[in-house]
Amino acid sequence: MSTFKNNVSETAGKISRNPVHRLDLDVLRRLQVDATGIYDRVSKIAKTRNPKKERQEIWLKHAVSMIDLTTLEGSDTSHRVRRLCQKALRPLADFPEIQVAAVCVYGNFVSEAKRALEGSAVKVAAVSTAFPHGQVALPLKIQETKALVASGADEIDMVINRGAFLRGDYSRVYDEIAMVREACGEAHLKVILETGELGEIQHVWTASEIAMQAGADFIKTSTGKIGVSATLPVSLVMLNAIEDFYLRTGYRIGHKPAGGIRQAKEALHWLALVKETVGDHWLVPELFRFGASSLLDDIARQIHHIKTGQYESYDYIPKG
Amino acid sequence: MKARKESERMEKIKRNGRLGPSSFPRSFAWAEYGPALESISHAKIKPRYDLFIGGKWITPASGKYFDSINPANGRVLAKVAEAGEKDVDNAVLAAQEAFKSWSKTSPQERARLIYAIARVISERSRELAVIETLDNGKPIRETRDIDIPLAARHFFYYAGWADKLEEAFPGVRVSPVGVVGQIIPWNFPLLMAAWKIAPALAAGNTVVLKPAETTSLSALHLAEIIEDVGIPPGVVNIITGFGKTGESLVRHPGINKIAFTGSTEVGRLIRKMTAGSGKKLSLELGGKSPTLVFEDAPLYEAVEGIIDGIFFNQGQVCCAGSRLLLQESIAPKFITLLKERMRKIRIGDPLDKNIDMGAINSSRQLETIGRYVQIGEKEGAVKYQAPLNCPKDGFFFPPTLFTEVETSHTIAREEIFGPVLAAMTFRTKEEAIELANNTFYGLAASVWTKDVAKMIEVARAIKAGTIWGNGANKFDAAAEFGGFKESGFGREGGPVGLWEYVQIEELETGEATHLENKKAISHSFDLNGQIWKTPKMLIGGKQVRSESGRYYKIFSHDEKLIADVPLGSRKDIRDAVEAALKAQPGWSKSTAYLRGQILYRTAEILQSRFAELTQIISAQTGCSDSAAQREVELSLNRILYYAGWTDKYTGNVNPVTQTDFNITYPEPMGVVGLVSPETPSLLALVSKIFPAIASGNAVIAVPSEKFPLAASILIEVLDASDMPSGVVNIVTGKAEELAPVLAEHRAVAGIDFSGTPELAKKIEELSISNMKRTWTHEPKDWESRFAQGRSWMRKYLEFKTVWMTALS
Repeated sequence: MSTFKNNVSETAGKISRNPVHRLDLDVLRRLQVDATGIYDRVSKIAKTRNPKKERQEIWLKHAVSMIDLTTLEGSDTSHRVRRLCQKALRPLADFPEIQVAAVCVYGNFVSEAKRALEGSAVKVAAVSTAFPHGQVALPLKIQETKALVASGADEIDMVINRGAFLRGDYSRVYDEIAMVREACGEAHLKVILETGELGEIQHVWTASEIAMQAGADFIKTSTGKIGVSATLPVSLVMLNAIEDFYLRTGYRIGHKPAGGIRQAKEALHWLALVKETVGDHWLVPELFRFGASSLLDDIARQIHHIKTGQYESYDYIPKG
Repeated sequence: MKARKESERMEKIKRNGRLGPSSFPRSFAWAEYGPALESISHAKIKPRYDLFIGGKWITPASGKYFDSINPANGRVLAKVAEAGEKDVDNAVLAAQEAFKSWSKTSPQERARLIYAIARVISERSRELAVIETLDNGKPIRETRDIDIPLAARHFFYYAGWADKLEEAFPGVRVSPVGVVGQIIPWNFPLLMAAWKIAPALAAGNTVVLKPAETTSLSALHLAEIIEDVGIPPGVVNIITGFGKTGESLVRHPGINKIAFTGSTEVGRLIRKMTAGSGKKLSLELGGKSPTLVFEDAPLYEAVEGIIDGIFFNQGQVCCAGSRLLLQESIAPKFITLLKERMRKIRIGDPLDKNIDMGAINSSRQLETIGRYVQIGEKEGAVKYQAPLNCPKDGFFFPPTLFTEVETSHTIAREEIFGPVLAAMTFRTKEEAIELANNTFYGLAASVWTKDVAKMIEVARAIKAGTIWGNGANKFDAAAEFGGFKESGFGREGGPVGLWEYVQIEELETGEATHLENKKAISHSFDLNGQIWKTPKMLIGGKQVRSESGRYYKIFSHDEKLIADVPLGSRKDIRDAVEAALKAQPGWSKSTAYLRGQILYRTAEILQSRFAELTQIISAQTGCSDSAAQREVELSLNRILYYAGWTDKYTGNVNPVTQTDFNITYPEPMGVVGLVSPETPSLLALVSKIFPAIASGNAVIAVPSEKFPLAASILIEVLDASDMPSGVVNIVTGKAEELAPVLAEHRAVAGIDFSGTPELAKKIEELSISNMKRTWTHEPKDWESRFAQGRSWMRKYLEFKTVWMTALS
């Protein structure tokens, strides 16, 4: 089971990093999505790609290694963040070799998290650009990002300018991402599309493509702060966009569904979705993450059930 | 070549990434799915199955049984009775006996019983799914999610029609057909049984059904359900056996209708066997259905649609999307994506819930597929098979893609009935339509584009019974399904599906009246100072003589010579069909309003020849003036009647279970041949021509051989009207010579024949040249209001069902 340890550092640096590309509006215009087809495909995968028993246990453990364990509440405190970090270091009590990929926090807890995770390979991700709404002037977004990187954030989760996107100002969306990317320096950039606010599924691809052209390392579905968060159909469109971008450029972009993923079964569907689309190579924490908090505990319960045949209670699982 | 290089480059990137093959040294073995086997403990397969006749399980007269094999491992599942002639006879007798009471059972009672079948299928769905998978070889995910639920859905759907047949046929009088013989294939055993039995019972018929010999079990379990819910004995009889059993059923004189789903080859035999028997016939035959992918298509969804289109049920689907037509600009990228997707197909134990493709149904079919693939390679197409692990036991065949296929290649023309896809390219929309229609089949097509206007244009232009817009292989009980051209005739599903199981009084209860002359003699005819007239034929908008220059003499009822009429020949029919083929597309595309206007105007001009027509009819036949006047009057009314139908006869929006927007609407068949009876010479001719052209067909009419002079006047009237050239062609002469030429002509889509029973039989036999529709019945009384109507419009139309993806 040692393969789970230090997953991140093992292959770090082996994926060539996506640069900022020139904005190509022609590509945007060529992309076509049919919503019904997307829904049908998702339902087919969910019905016919289900690992069982021991296979499922292994899948779930890998799912844990791809979690960005998240707390993004106004009520967060240093203590709360430290407790989350402890959970990140040992997400499954019975399997000490497994750690999550990262913790994801608000900016003012980056140093706290860094300290708590010191010496481990677990990354610290911080939300930036006036998360979750992004409604501040661009210089402030740049400034915020720079400060977060300076305080030690390994990864930056930014939000796109949905207002600009919806009024069709794609170059504005692109510019903001590209500039934040520059501000990130070595820190990896996850671009949150907030797909629940984009109106239609075709827009998900358009926004994905803009983000990738602007140098995103990851494209992420949601902030988790609005009614509609990550869904399999939206992820499917984003994964298709990633494959299409990869076929054109050769760069592998990561994907992070976030918000609303609470059940082990859902995590399995997502892994299958990745496997069936972009393929096995994406099934690593460098290229796939779950943004989640309570998912972890349901996975713990499910693994318990696989191993013992008994159903588990949350009372037996240390709170994160 | 360039395209291939580009596609190779992209595949390389896809496989290796930019950094070369070693960029990810990590193993992904953990990400295997592993097996997820469906339990078979709840499926009780008996060691031996008897025949279900008259509500009892009967051993076959011969005592013979044959093996049913599990195609996934080649092992025997059960012994199944082989029905011989004697058993078929017993089954038909039982069905005849049961028909007496079942046809009189209250519609509400029939509805409840059919509903009960649906319910029990749903309750036993797990068991049925497993039995179907074991017997057929198809994956459990298909039997579980598609075959069985859809079978139940068909019974639900038609249960709902049983008590509203009158509403289903407004303005038409219908009654059940009687005993229906149904022969179904092995690709969707239970589902096909449901497609056949549900509408038959709803309309009050009784049934003798024969499943395919390799897949009898689910139909026999359906028989148990039918027994359990209390369908009266003999209403449904299930007899098992081989082609010989089917033949006995088809030939049995006690059968009133045959419904067949299977190959075009067998469909031809059945058409020939039933010719002249008066048996109603519906055939759902083969296909070579195209999938068109335009450059503005949602490409990833299109790839998935192709996977569903050709690899669903191992490609053993009559409407499988076996021809892929790609716009050149996206072809290389698309082929890359498709190959990549093919690598992710999971083939193996059909009982595994994580399996996409199971076993081919039989070793014989496996050989056929293998043979076609060899031919494909030999003819120069490039084969691709994804590196999948096909199990060694059982009859498995890997998903196969051929690129660089030419239209002349065997694999682009013939139905393979296996997981083999032939890919070709096109440059423009026009070329795409042309290639799509370049087949003698017309069952289905998929069209992929996000441009709605283009979608609708292409959907209308493709001659196929079902068009899936941005989709593939979707079915529902509320949506009609069936073919154009050699894919057969008749529709299953939807309200139109009921037509196949009812007799329509207006169309079918009449006896031929063609040889009886009206006898009243009133006065004799003379030229009366007029100039001698030279009757002509009408071909391609021109009044012409016979190509051969021959003519024949027409005498009045009192045996005076009154005209020389052109004696049409094979070549005249040929020319008329050419003209009709040229005219028909434009005619059907013109607005219904315009067609109506032209028909009204024709009536107007005909009216101006009223006196002359009356005179000529009575002179030829010797009928009274008032009788002749009545005939002309009725003919005028009939033209007006159909002129008014042009912009009213239409289809339905179907409430299907999918979120798709689904419409079924009538389309003209194309070029139709019409052969008129001797009398009433004008009224019968008008009764056939005008509904046919009102709905957008072009026609070649052969008027009364003995009394052609009214037609000669109609020719002049049509020539003087605004009727576009070639829409109506009239060839005079001997029906005996002309009708067979029409029946054999492969570009003629249907023939409506009135004449002797011997000639009618011959016409039906000859119709197998292209599996054209034939109508050989005629109304008892051409003057009756039932000699016209909605059903006459329906006669010359075929229904097309269009699915377009939409969110609910």
